[in-house]
Amino acid sequence: MKKENAKRFGMVIDLDKCTGCGSCMVACMAENNVPFREDETDKLLSVAWMRVYKLTNGKAFPDADECFLPRPCQHCEGHHGHSPCVSVCPATATDYDASTGIVSQIYTRCFGCRYCMAACPYHVRLFNWWDPVWPDGMEKMLNPDVSVRMRGVVEKCSFCFHRYQLARQQADYEERGEVAENEYQTACTQGCPAGAIVFGDLNNPDHEVTRLAQPDLSHEGKSRNPKAFRLLERLGTNTKVYYLSSREWVRRLGDNYQVKAAQHQA
Amino acid sequence: MLPFISFEWVSDTVHFVFHGALWYALSVLGMGMTYCIVKAAYDTIKGKAGDHH
Amino acid sequence: MDAALIPKGVKRCPLPQFLGALTVVSVVLLWGVYAMLLCWLKGLNQTNMNNAYGFALWIWADLAVIALGGGAFFTGLLRYIIGKDELKNIINFAVLLGFICYSSALLILGIDVGQPLRGWFIFWHANVHSMLTEVAFCLTCYFFVLCIEYVPLVLENRQIDRVPFFHNLSHNMHEIMAVFAATGAFLSFFHQGSLGGVSGVLFARPFGFREHILIWPYTFFLFTWSAAACGPCFTILITKITEAISRKKLVKDNVIRLLAKIAGWMLLTYIFVKTIDTIYWAFVTAPSKGFVLNFFYTDNAFYGYWILFLEIVLCGWVPAFLLVVKKTRENNKLLWIAVFLGALGAMVNRWVMVLQVLAIPVLPFENWALYIPSWQEVATTILPVAYGIILVMISFRYMPIFPQEQELNPIEPPTPEVEPAAAADAEETPADEDPAAPEGDLQPAQA
Repeated sequence: MKKENAKRFGMVIDLDKCTGCGSCMVACMAENNVPFREDETDKLLSVAWMRVYKLTNGKAFPDADECFLPRPCQHCEGHHGHSPCVSVCPATATDYDASTGIVSQIYTRCFGCRYCMAACPYHVRLFNWWDPVWPDGMEKMLNPDVSVRMRGVVEKCSFCFHRYQLARQQADYEERGEVAENEYQTACTQGCPAGAIVFGDLNNPDHEVTRLAQPDLSHEGKSRNPKAFRLLERLGTNTKVYYLSSREWVRRLGDNYQVKAAQHQA
Repeated sequence: MLPFISFEWVSDTVHFVFHGALWYALSVLGMGMTYCIVKAAYDTIKGKAGDHH
Repeated sequence: MDAALIPKGVKRCPLPQFLGALTVVSVVLLWGVYAMLLCWLKGLNQTNMNNAYGFALWIWADLAVIALGGGAFFTGLLRYIIGKDELKNIINFAVLLGFICYSSALLILGIDVGQPLRGWFIFWHANVHSMLTEVAFCLTCYFFVLCIEYVPLVLENRQIDRVPFFHNLSHNMHEIMAVFAATGAFLSFFHQGSLGGVSGVLFARPFGFREHILIWPYTFFLFTWSAAACGPCFTILITKITEAISRKKLVKDNVIRLLAKIAGWMLLTYIFVKTIDTIYWAFVTAPSKGFVLNFFYTDNAFYGYWILFLEIVLCGWVPAFLLVVKKTRENNKLLWIAVFLGALGAMVNRWVMVLQVLAIPVLPFENWALYIPSWQEVATTILPVAYGIILVMISFRYMPIFPQEQELNPIEPPTPEVEPAAAADAEETPADEDPAAPEGDLQPAQA
């Protein structure tokens, strides 16, 4: 078997294309057996690996403008894999995989101290406040490739890692060294009707994601694309989710500039 | 599954320093207490009673 | 009825009175236990925590009791290692308080984690790079130390002490206590520091993050230092409360004043460094992450500059000066105020470093997350307080916690119905202290 090169799976989300329809959220929940409750009014208690934020520029008509921002786990690389959440986990229940760039979560190892949630500025880490309860018959529809999580543990977006495992198995079986770009795609990418989400290997110059993100590896992956930005870049989280927007105010909302942000999510 | 069978050895300096300090502290406590208990038993058998502090 | 268990030469209230008070506190304890069981059986949905507020009241309580329990290690260090011999008259009580604080912290942690039955994972699958791992290891080890330090006290109970083996054991443990105390100080230095590191290493949370020396953020050193400064304040405060409730002097003034003086200098140096740290963080660290100081203290319903003032000035500089200056330190009322503010300072600092860190939005399009604890969280946080009061009551009644009590309160053989003799140091009469005594219903019980 041929030794594979290290991957850095990442995502580009074109905010100019995103309509805020929420398909990515639905696709993600169905794919990853994400639990839900009858009453989901309190979003701070909801488990949503992918969450769509609504941003507004805070201006009055006719200058009012809004933008939707889907937010999966940013799979921070930090400096040399030192992502904010990985190093703090006391039980090694989360890991930065240097061969894929994916931040994993081991549900059966997590004992629910929630330190990682405190460490993550993006709120992508979610706690299971309840045991999952599926509506009658729905347990038969669960994805057999993803384990369901029990009460009292933290979970998060995995970039649909199980899909990568399946694609790798297939590639190994066919004695191909590499997994092709279209063989491993996340559920949200495939679920987006506008084609706003592009997923692939940021180390592979042939992948669409790399062409769009244009990461500058000598500057911790900062994008050379003037339209692109990453969330909270100056914190040094070195994320692998890039956003594209032609609007200046949207790009500025991606980070803090020593002024109080006037805009808030809806 | 049993923790005693599946111990994960991690060979890096930080682990050695960390666990070294931990086991050093635990050994001091363990040996200290063993000394106290054994000496107390010995003194009791010998019929000695230490005077109080 | 239990006269045979009460230490010789001291007077305690009648048993029914003691049991009555014990019952009152036990009711509060049971309320806490009920809430604890709810959390264990039904899960953490019993709390008002949420995905923005993963750390909340419990973690604050943990950090606070550990800081306040720091009096045990620091007094032990002063007594056994540095050789401040007078402190032998307060070390027992400091150890008792430390024991209560640390056992409470372990209990709260046991409730706080989502899967308590997997608690051992932290030891077995330890990630040595996590501050929490270091906390868990050192905390547990230091709890062993506190048990070792507390056991001789129990063994000194009159009836237990009559058993030769226990008598010898207690004697031997006293003999080598310096070794245990040194180990305790070593462990405490690290876990107090690591608790500071818990928020200090969060480089994506600009309110908590601090620069590092080697692998340790500044908060590592600040927390250890503040525990050594504020822990003794708490020890003095509770000693004073116990004196007020029992209406007798239990520790001589020179002992209290020595500890107060040391705590004062620790507090003064701590708050000096903390002030520099705050200024550096406000004008260098936070701006480098894109934040202005004003952002952290405005535009929300609770956190304002008042909390910064409360922590640094009112509960920092003020008690530090009150304790350092001889004249104010020796004024009983000002000493009360100073140790109260000192202990409060540690609690406010821990609050800020846990709850405010999480309240502040980091993503520019998110809002402040404020939270009010549920009754289950409050009850489980009060639980250790009730447990602590019970343990102090029992220990005070049956064990020779205060070596100077007998000397300060001599019992005349034919005791007329006079109040226990006034304290030897007559300048502070117990009556002076009564108005400040909290929990009036407990007063006679511990007498």
